[in-house]
Amino acid sequence: MENTQPQLFKVTIDGIEVEVEPGTTILQAARKIGGDMAPPAMCYYQPLKGSGGKCRACLVRVAAGSAKDPRPMPKLVASCITPVQDGMVVENSTNEQVLSTRKAIVEFLLINHPLDCPVCDQAGECDLQNFAFNHGMATTRYEEKRRTFDKQDIGPYIQLHMTRCILCYRCVFTADQITQKRVHGVLGRGDAAEIGTYIEKAIDNDFSGNVIDVCPVGALTDKTFRFKNRVWFTKPVDAHRDCPTCSGNVTLWYRGEDVIRVTARKNEWNEVTEFICNTCRFDKKSTSDWVIEGPTKVSRSSVISVNKARRDAIIPDFQKKLAAATYTDVHEERDTSQLGIQQLPPERFAPVLPHANDPEP
Amino acid sequence: MQLTNRSKQVSNKQMTLAEKMYLPAIAQGLAITIKHFFGKKVTVAYPEVKRYLGPVFRGHHVLKRDEEGRERCTACGLCSLACPAEAISMVAAERKKGEEGLYREEKYAAVYEINMLRCIFCGLCEEACPKQAVYLRHDRMVPIFTERDQVIYGKDQLVEKMDDRYIRTNPDVQATPTEPSYSRSAT
Repeated sequence: MENTQPQLFKVTIDGIEVEVEPGTTILQAARKIGGDMAPPAMCYYQPLKGSGGKCRACLVRVAAGSAKDPRPMPKLVASCITPVQDGMVVENSTNEQVLSTRKAIVEFLLINHPLDCPVCDQAGECDLQNFAFNHGMATTRYEEKRRTFDKQDIGPYIQLHMTRCILCYRCVFTADQITQKRVHGVLGRGDAAEIGTYIEKAIDNDFSGNVIDVCPVGALTDKTFRFKNRVWFTKPVDAHRDCPTCSGNVTLWYRGEDVIRVTARKNEWNEVTEFICNTCRFDKKSTSDWVIEGPTKVSRSSVISVNKARRDAIIPDFQKKLAAATYTDVHEERDTSQLGIQQLPPERFAPVLPHANDPEP
Repeated sequence: MQLTNRSKQVSNKQMTLAEKMYLPAIAQGLAITIKHFFGKKVTVAYPEVKRYLGPVFRGHHVLKRDEEGRERCTACGLCSLACPAEAISMVAAERKKGEEGLYREEKYAAVYEINMLRCIFCGLCEEACPKQAVYLRHDRMVPIFTERDQVIYGKDQLVEKMDDRYIRTNPDVQATPTEPSYSRSAT
């Protein structure tokens, strides 16, 4: 009888081995290990078919292609669309080239992205902000004019800020795959490419609000939440309701007693798996509409968790990471010529410390 | 052995009548007192006269306006996030058409309140501000209050008056980095 059990591929990512099914991408394999192993993703969105391969944020180095052909791949590959091979060795955050490339990718993405985080409603839960904070530089070198667009009104619920768009196509895939009819898309080419409806038209599908959640930046934001409050001053609470059109599982964002925003639930990769309808998102904004399940789990390093300390909160690992990143060996900077012992004539200390003047290993 | 040159020789000499009545000692003491009448005063008459507290003193908050007189604050909430005493609160609003001369960016603080009873004048808000909007004046203190309803300062007391602009007198001392050369205007 033929063995129907699919053979598992062994992949090594940053020295950690993981077994995955054939056809899995490197990014998915890295996410299976979890935690910091996963490369950042700006355009790839697991629930959306066809997404990925555009932003180049997830580039990794393949040090060995497979067990049969262990040659390294000549260039960095986009991990979100590259399937794994048996015996593949991947270098993600252990490779200097990958990290410097990511730094450059941040810079490229930020070329046309306005630095208006103080104004933007996405600040605090923005993928690009996190990406730039973790991998980018603190300053910009870009001095030219950023591209600008005519303002487009796309309906009463969604606010489009085309200047902030990084053209990840997530909202286009969402409209294609979640709704029956897509009315917006990417118009123009190259530098002039923009998200729009061509003829000014409101996006008013029942599930149109989901483009707000999938947008990695603040290009598509909730008009009903516009400038209402900063994300980190609101308190996320998981809730559900009996909705005839969608699953009804949402996150409510409280400010005091008021629900000021409703979003779909996001998993640890900031992805929505259960899309919600517009009725849940925009119309049901009072506590009586919902059954509260409890506070949403927010990662301790997120700004959303600030000033919401709980007794069982875990100690943040940011300090540890910062200390590890800024650590230098004590001998690197020290001027050994100034050490007192070497200013003494050798015969004074040679009997006690015979190897004191040997060069350091 | 002589340990110090200030030591005095002790003698059993009889004091004169004048010395017994302390007359030279009194004259000497009065001379010292009179000398201080003509010297430089070491104190100031505080409420009327105020000392210069230095260029890095952190006093009364001010919400700066830019060169064209528009409010710099965009109500981003970073000051309020950085505040260890949770003294700052704000409500944001969207700038309407025709208000471009009042507010620099499309969002502005419609309400900006600092609770001076909570404030510890640490200056973290000044450091956190990405728009160089909030400063703690080096030349003015928050006045003493007698009622609790005087404690919360609103925009009317905080926003810089156009005829009373605030400038750090010592430009060498920068508590907050100066604005970078590239444009940060929102679109």
